[in-house]
Amino acid sequence: MEAYFIAIGIIALIYVILSLGLTLQYGLTGLINFGHVGFFAIGAYTSALLALKGVPLVFSFAAAAALAGLAAWPLGLVSLRLRDDYFAIVTLGFSEVVRIVITSERWLTNGVQGLPGIPRLYEGLGGSAAQLAVLVTVLAVTLVGAWIIRRIAGSPFGRLIEAIRDNEEAVQALGKDPARFKVQVLVVGAALAGIAGAFYAHYITYIVPDQFIPLVTFYVWMAIIMGGVGRVSGAIVGTAILMLFLEGSRFLRDIVPGVSEVDMASVRIGAVGLLLVLFIMYRPQGLMGDYTKR
Amino acid sequence: MSLEIHDISKAFGGFRALDGVRLTIETGSLFGIIGPNGAGKSTLFSVVSGFARADEGQIRLDGQSLDSLSPPARARAGMVRTFQVPREFRHLTVRENLMAAAPKQTGESLLGLFFRPGRVREEEGAIAERVNQTIRFLKLSAVADQPSGKLSGGQKKLLELGRALMVEPRLILLDEPFAGVNPVLIGEIMERITELNTRGIGFAIIEHDLEALTRLVPQLAVMDRGKVLAQGAPQAVLDDPLVREAYLGGVS
Ligand SMILES: Nc1ncnc2c1ncn2[C@@H]1O[C@H](COP(=O)(O)OP(=O)(O)O)[C@@H](O)[C@H]1O
Ligand SMILES: [Mg+2]
Repeated sequence: MEAYFIAIGIIALIYVILSLGLTLQYGLTGLINFGHVGFFAIGAYTSALLALKGVPLVFSFAAAAALAGLAAWPLGLVSLRLRDDYFAIVTLGFSEVVRIVITSERWLTNGVQGLPGIPRLYEGLGGSAAQLAVLVTVLAVTLVGAWIIRRIAGSPFGRLIEAIRDNEEAVQALGKDPARFKVQVLVVGAALAGIAGAFYAHYITYIVPDQFIPLVTFYVWMAIIMGGVGRVSGAIVGTAILMLFLEGSRFLRDIVPGVSEVDMASVRIGAVGLLLVLFIMYRPQGLMGDYTKR
Repeated sequence: MSLEIHDISKAFGGFRALDGVRLTIETGSLFGIIGPNGAGKSTLFSVVSGFARADEGQIRLDGQSLDSLSPPARARAGMVRTFQVPREFRHLTVRENLMAAAPKQTGESLLGLFFRPGRVREEEGAIAERVNQTIRFLKLSAVADQPSGKLSGGQKKLLELGRALMVEPRLILLDEPFAGVNPVLIGEIMERITELNTRGIGFAIIEHDLEALTRLVPQLAVMDRGKVLAQGAPQAVLDDPLVREAYLGGVS
């Protein structure tokens, strides 16, 4: 039972790290990134491949963050020329391109067969001690991430990205380049997603391209919408609700006879979708309130 | 020292919104632009500030060509525009709107933010002080900590003016700054503008309230259908036969 909660905790925290990136990008800056999972995938594959080549995990994690952040750079430059809705489509396309590339570049990624045997964190510790150590590490990284995002939100930089969200042309009229800020925001959010991906890969130890479908991005979107867009607390609470539903439905399968995993997966997505609709109808600002409620 | 608008033309589809506009506005002066709705006044500001691209013509500010500069670069060159329909940062308070407008903030760089926190705090203090002055100056104290989206139309106009002032430009382009502002306040804003002007800040002001504008500015231009009909001292311009015929409909 304890091992189960630790496992859920690790996955939940990985989702919180993803949500923090989106809180910065969408909640504060208004950038509609529908391709978050692409950066998550880049982080996962980067760290996994390096670790499988014997690179120490400290460096493989750093590389995961750096490469995911770097991948956001060109996307940031594109965003400056696109309307919001087109940017959303481009990011979605980007994450699908990432998935197709890791599926087809078999020499590097082993294609659909994926990468098995990815080294765990704290392999030396073994068993439940290692699990607990992983949980503590992810928690520490999550807290640092949350601190960074809060610090940004409460700063002159945060003020300006919120201004960009509210009216980009007015920002330009005041002599400031929204482009510069948007690129930085995309890079930071993507680096966070990259770190989340690295944790995921080394925790699951076996990654395949199918784990990086747009559904992951939409889970993260659901989390921040339910928790409250533009707030760090919202990212955390929203993720908690999401996990409760995803895991709760898994639990349901175990007690209701005759329901297959495939059936349950559909039910789960349907339930989360319904929950999202209810939130948007009855509590659009999310549980923790959003930027409109200051 | 002046803003030189040289033979600017701008068409939307087949419609010529600006048709060879030529104007020289002294940077430190008060200059009025009047004309009926659709004359092309706002379009002229958009072209001058870089938000719309001119089809023809050149723009220079104090001798420097602005033609290849982006809108933010033009603002940094010393010329800030406001918008006819206010563009407040609606989820930010009045105070935050003004603070966001202050130029050259160390805390707007992520490196500065995390590695020079002392300096950021110091600058924030100084900016907050300037913002307080601006808030008092524009009589916005009562709403200083309200989300700007909740302000009245007139208050939003004042906020736009305040944000422009925070940038400390040499020339401010105001697009109908008095629209929706109550008459008592209009008088006060005009006093403020005059006061700022004596400190060396120039204003080009679009207005359709002719009477208000002629009290404020010593120089104005009349636009109609994308052209400048006349420019000069208000009375001389209003007496111009072309203006009387086209804009005032020949009323004597
Ligand atoms: N973006 C645009 N697209 C098409 N037509 C425009 C656009 N902006 C302005 N116009 C047209 O150009 C003319 C001048 O508009 P504008 O400059 O706003 O006039 P004014 O500010 O003098 O009232 C109007 O006929 C308007 O409909
Ligand atoms: Mg206009």
